[in-house]
Amino acid sequence: MFDLGPHAGFIWLSYLAAALCVAGLVLWVWTDERTQRRRLADLERRGIRRRSAQHQDQDKQ
Amino acid sequence: MAELSEPQTMRTWRVSTLANPTAFMRLSGKLLPWLIAIMLVLFAAGLTVAFRAPPDYQQGETVKIMYVHVPAAWLSMGCYTIIALSSAGYLIWRHPLADVSAKAAAPIGAVFTLLALVTGSLWGKPMWGAYWVWDARLTSVLILFFLYLGLIALREAIDEPGRAGRAAAILALIGAVNIPIIKYSVNWWNTLHQPASVIRADGPAIAPSLLWPLLIMASAFTVLFVVLHLKAMRAEVLRRRCDAMIAVRVRGNAAQESAAGEAMSHV
Repeated sequence: MFDLGPHAGFIWLSYLAAALCVAGLVLWVWTDERTQRRRLADLERRGIRRRSAQHQDQDKQ
Repeated sequence: MAELSEPQTMRTWRVSTLANPTAFMRLSGKLLPWLIAIMLVLFAAGLTVAFRAPPDYQQGETVKIMYVHVPAAWLSMGCYTIIALSSAGYLIWRHPLADVSAKAAAPIGAVFTLLALVTGSLWGKPMWGAYWVWDARLTSVLILFFLYLGLIALREAIDEPGRAGRAAAILALIGAVNIPIIKYSVNWWNTLHQPASVIRADGPAIAPSLLWPLLIMASAFTVLFVVLHLKAMRAEVLRRRCDAMIAVRVRGNAAQESAAGEAMSHV
């Protein structure tokens, strides 16, 4: 199964490149979403609200 | 004008509901765990059958590079098609979620295109004797990679998000002409790259023992792309919410300062 013949190096390098690309993308999207979530939570903690939320508040009053 | 029939009304309601960012966040949050599970199962199955697949009668074991190269190449074009459709949606309907989709897909498409180029090079060296040749297929895919970089750079260069979105959408639609050129380059010009062997009018030209691992790996990569795109879109929706909140606060502070300045001038 893992005896890949005389060009094994090219095959393993291709799979390594694929693994690195996928790992890089996964790390980027997960980190980006977590960073934005923290940013949003921080803004809400400081009392800053979205315009739509402010309109909702005005409607209630 | 005739009134909308019941099915038409329902369809419009569904599309607009899905296009609402809050509904998108809720629905994608529910879908993602299932998609990740399906993706992991597909990758486990795909890699197992790929490494158990027999060698090709001409290319030997190097045909195993096909199981990562071809899905990456398909996704490089598929991702650009999604960007072009999203861009058209943004320019026509000005829906922010279409712009979010186009923006989020660009870096993912760039990485898949780079992967297709790198694995193609690593496959080319043992089969053609060269890592790179300036033929139609390879060159048109390299142009696609530069188009992705151009889309990303253009957005970074324009501060105002609305203008950045419109400029990137126009560039994406102009660049879409490259997609059929890539697809048919192997038919239109003499090239070292082999012609299409899976998506053909007369059916696939690959033996089933090599075709099945390819189809499973292509499905795994496609689900991976959907997962990455949804996650990147979620991050972008959150980023825009944060930016909008900061803009509201800045405008509020500016209005207060100007009112205070006016009051002071009357004293």
